Amino acid sequence: MAALLELRNVSARYGPVRALHGVSLSVEEGQIVAVLGANGAGKTTTLRAVSGTVRRDGELRFAGKALGGSGPETVARLGIAHVPEGRGTFAELTVWENLRLGAINRRGKLDDDFARVLDYFPWLEDRKHQQAGTLSGGEQQMLALARAFMQRPRLLLLDEPSLGLAPILVTEIFRIIKELNEHEGLTVLVVEQNAHIALQLAQVAYVLEVGRVALSGPSAELQEHESVRRSYLGY
Amino acid sequence: MKLRVPTGLPAAAIVAVVLALLPFTLSGYHQGLASEVAIYFIAILGLNILTGYTGQISIGHGAFMAIGGYTTVVMSHDHHTNLLLTLPLAFAVAFVCGVLVGIPALRFSGVYLALATFALAVSVPQLTLKFSKFLGGSNGLQASTTVSHTWLYATSWSCAAILFAVAWLLLGGRTGRAFRAVRDSEVAAVSTGISLPIYKVLAFGVSAAFAGVAGSLFVIHTNGFAQPNEFGVILSLQILIGAAVAGLGSLWGVLVGALFVGLLPNLSTSVPVIGSSHGQDVVFGLIVIGVMLLLPNGIAGLLARVARLRART
Amino acid sequence: MPVLAGLAAACVFLVVGCLSSSIFAQQTVAGLAQGVIFSSLALSLVLIYRATEVINFAQGEMAMATTYVAYQLTLWGVTYWLAFFLTLGIAFVLGVVVQLAVIRPIQHSVIAVVIVTIGLFILIDGVVSWIWGADLKFMPAPFGKTTYHVGAVTVARQDIGTLIVSILSVFLLWMLFKFTRLGLAMRAAALRPASAALVGIRVNWMLAIGWGLAAVLGAVAGLMTEPAQFVLQPTMMQAILLYAFAAAVLGGLESPAGAVVGGLALGVFLNLVGQYVGFATSELRLPIAFAVLLGVLLLKPTGIFGHKKVRRV
Repeated sequence: MAALLELRNVSARYGPVRALHGVSLSVEEGQIVAVLGANGAGKTTTLRAVSGTVRRDGELRFAGKALGGSGPETVARLGIAHVPEGRGTFAELTVWENLRLGAINRRGKLDDDFARVLDYFPWLEDRKHQQAGTLSGGEQQMLALARAFMQRPRLLLLDEPSLGLAPILVTEIFRIIKELNEHEGLTVLVVEQNAHIALQLAQVAYVLEVGRVALSGPSAELQEHESVRRSYLGY
Repeated sequence: MKLRVPTGLPAAAIVAVVLALLPFTLSGYHQGLASEVAIYFIAILGLNILTGYTGQISIGHGAFMAIGGYTTVVMSHDHHTNLLLTLPLAFAVAFVCGVLVGIPALRFSGVYLALATFALAVSVPQLTLKFSKFLGGSNGLQASTTVSHTWLYATSWSCAAILFAVAWLLLGGRTGRAFRAVRDSEVAAVSTGISLPIYKVLAFGVSAAFAGVAGSLFVIHTNGFAQPNEFGVILSLQILIGAAVAGLGSLWGVLVGALFVGLLPNLSTSVPVIGSSHGQDVVFGLIVIGVMLLLPNGIAGLLARVARLRART
Repeated sequence: MPVLAGLAAACVFLVVGCLSSSIFAQQTVAGLAQGVIFSSLALSLVLIYRATEVINFAQGEMAMATTYVAYQLTLWGVTYWLAFFLTLGIAFVLGVVVQLAVIRPIQHSVIAVVIVTIGLFILIDGVVSWIWGADLKFMPAPFGKTTYHVGAVTVARQDIGTLIVSILSVFLLWMLFKFTRLGLAMRAAALRPASAALVGIRVNWMLAIGWGLAAVLGAVAGLMTEPAQFVLQPTMMQAILLYAFAAAVLGGLESPAGAVVGGLALGVFLNLVGQYVGFATSELRLPIAFAVLLGVLLLKPTGIFGHKKVRRV
């Protein structure tokens, strides 16, 4: 069976600067796949290539369909939710409005959707009318995740969800991601600098170096791998 | 991108010769038209220095032309100054005014500056109406001498040539590099020790001075008559459009821009269908929009593209 | 908050003034009726500026053109109010088409958009004059010509009607933005276009719709201006546009509430100043409005309701 997301020899550049040099990876439905690497390795760019936020060449397929030159609006409508660096929340709008934006392309009653979101993020109920920008960093990250979930995506792209968060919040967020994956069947492609927790969460991982895939395989293997341990796990 | 005189020197020489010989073949009326083109050339060159090189948008250069024009007329009317002498005077007065405007303008950017200078353009004619005691009111003021078409032609194109040389020297040297640095990245410019405010204000002053001279010549062109209506918003818009058509950094572009703004309104009256003044507005508007859509970098951009194509083959 | 306190103080001042002097009350009421027209057009400008950070110099002319369309409809026998609503629909389409055809290709460049909208200004002026002629035309008065007397103050039914129609249209627009799905999508697209795209909002469409709605507001302004000026002529919105600029800047270019308050405040201010300050004769009305604009830009560039905002992605 074909993978849900497949990248073959994808390159991307920012103006004259190449950020990805022929990256290939695949994500099976229901998996959690992690992309690791140092700063500037191209992790964020990989996600941007999938969501169409950056110009890219190469083959990208989602659920069998080629993504071609599609821009972010089209990709989102296909069922890919991208939570970018900086979270992509609308600080000037309320929590409720941010969530509503997740389902902006659906009409009608959204009670069920909201109820499902509140299952995972019950604290959002009380903060419905609070301006999103006044939430704490961790809360904003969770709001971003909740908004992405509202999109009813098949694939979730997460860019460094742990960034700037206290360890206890990091654990919480990753717990929720795991739940979303197990209970809702959400496929996840997560970019992380925190290799330790990423490898615990994901089944498969790719390690990027300078825009190329240096290593890939099941997390368990990578956790034992010499260079991974030294460079990214610290022991 | 320097003004492309070195590469176009032979062509520029040809143009100079043509310009020198032209008056012998043209009627008085056409000499007048050619003088108008020179006037626009000077004003557009001035605006180019400001907007093109330092990135500050001004929709108010008609105001500086008014200042130059009224300087000439007042000096001539009240003090019987030789018209030729009023030109450097207008240059100086307009320069000072430009600096005075440039200082508060430091606080604005982009759209806000456009609006502020627009405010200036609209206000100046109204203010001249208000101070009619000194400035002749809505009937305007008359200079004490009039000139022949040929005199005007010679003077305006000589001024154009002189001011172009001034602009070239200014923009080619350190000042020009500073100007371009301001336009491209204010942050970077500051970090290299360039004193932003001084160069931005200087650009305003110089640009206004050019417009001032253009204004003087303009007044002389309209029979020595300075009227508030002549310097309305339309004039500022025409100069801005001329500068946009010209694009950045090309002498030829400025010439094309001046020809466009100076000749089109006059020429199209003789063409049927668009002969009426309304039809001419339609054509003018369409061409302006078309040029911006097709050539967002103006003629200069087009020439640069051609040059790049040639360099590749 | 100092701003609200200042506004409250101003309102108190106005009420006291109205109660003490019928001339004051007269000027205030007239000022409000004029001001609400400035508000409508200012709101159009703000709508577009909020979404795209550009100023549409052709907003007034678009409003004028749609008013002529309404005029034509009445000539063809359509009743006034039916023509009114049809015109709003036509204005919407016009706004969308202009954005798609002419603005979208160059919307990344501030200067290009300024030039293109100026070109549109000239084009629309020419087209309208060409089709209908520049002579004065008359439209049926939507609210009749009766006047009411409250004490010694004369209030025209037209003025009351204008206030109601304009405030109603602003209110409806507010409801659209606050409570509808489309409104939320438009707000998101204006605030953070990149983030909006990630949730599947077609940002470009939102911009086009924004221009359509702005054109509708402009049409309301034009349709309410015509009876105020008693005649229909191509130049009718030109001064109004300039006042609308001042009102929008006064209120804060990114604030719709500011546009409304700014317009009303400017209308009342101009009338009161004209009445009580001897120096301020009618020629100075426009320069005074611009003095306000410049003052705001120098003292608090973000206007009454604006706040310093870093544009986010």
